[in-house]
Amino acid sequence: MNAFDELARLLGERIGMAIDPRRRASIEARLAGLMADCGYSDSEEFVRRLRSGLDPALMNRTVDAMVTCETLFFRDRAPFEAMRGVVLPKLKETRRDFRNLRIWSAACATGQEPYSIAMVIDDMARDFAGWRVDIVASDISQSALAAARAGVYSQFEVQRGLPTAMLLRYFRKDAAGWRVAEHLQAAIDFRHVNLVSEFGALGCFDVVLCRNVLMYMDVERRRDILRRISAQLAPDGYLMLGATETIVGLTDDFVAAPGFAGLFTHRPQKRGTMRLVANS
Amino acid sequence: MKQILVVDDSAVIRKIARRILDSMRFSTTEANDGREALDACGTTMPDGILLDWNMPVMDGYEFLQQLRRMPGGSKPKVVFCTTENDVSQIARAMHAGADEYIMKPFDRQIVRSKFEEIGLI
Repeated sequence: MNAFDELARLLGERIGMAIDPRRRASIEARLAGLMADCGYSDSEEFVRRLRSGLDPALMNRTVDAMVTCETLFFRDRAPFEAMRGVVLPKLKETRRDFRNLRIWSAACATGQEPYSIAMVIDDMARDFAGWRVDIVASDISQSALAAARAGVYSQFEVQRGLPTAMLLRYFRKDAAGWRVAEHLQAAIDFRHVNLVSEFGALGCFDVVLCRNVLMYMDVERRRDILRRISAQLAPDGYLMLGATETIVGLTDDFVAAPGFAGLFTHRPQKRGTMRLVANS
Repeated sequence: MKQILVVDDSAVIRKIARRILDSMRFSTTEANDGREALDACGTTMPDGILLDWNMPVMDGYEFLQQLRRMPGGSKPKVVFCTTENDVSQIARAMHAGADEYIMKPFDRQIVRSKFEEIGLI
């Protein structure tokens, strides 16, 4: 097995990444750049070092180099319209006695998705006055998480998907770029999470966004992750996948919610099977 | 087919904008400054306007104020374009009646994103 195949197998084992053979040239180019940056000239030695588990920093750098962190504010728009128009009003009604809401952005990349959620909720502040709203945002990439936590975006990034009214309301310009408002940053709990590993400690959620990440994984990983998300999603909670992603052949736990591509609820007969997991 | 008026004193910017808008299947007309743009709107009110801010004869701010007072002048969605990204200037343009803001240089993806936000797509 050559170094590329070994790396592909390793990434599959550790983070569930399934490398499309058509992307081989791109992955090999990234690998070559990473090896040069890390001072390796022998690809087999590099992969051996990764596999040894003795160098977690090297594994983090490799993951950072290999995963796709392409994202934008209010990506695809429809999920956020669904959130504002259907999901949050429904949950506000059903949670009115508890006044507690938990939302998980499971693959937050550089933070645009959880900040978009935080802006939607802040914009509905009157509806959720006196509520506790937890937004947990996680990603496998440490560097993406660092950028998300910093909350500073370039001119290019704030022009993609973010309405100017929101830009003026929630960002301020400084020498580093456009900095997100502190109260939005404070509303989000950023965590390093590998979806392939156990994530039960995060607790239960009312809404889980797992958009455009399962598409990079093999079928068995997708099934496993959806099964575990299902167990941690409230019986009347909502799952959001990418607009082009499907659950067909992966799980019977969910059904598509009408009107919004990528929005799912638990299948009615499955609602009683939720595993009890204590909130962290 | 929706009609977009590109208002900019730079022929290069107008050409780039036209190429982007043509690829998005808009009908595109052009004006060199705010005065020409007002005349164009008096003839046919467009669905959208890509508006430069700093122009000779009549600047974007003056044009926008006069446009919004014209009969039918509230109809066009206005995206103003500038090389400035000063918050106060962006806020001033939005306050004057712009619907969105794009910083130059822009590309097809950004124009598409902004047009989607304001309902031109």
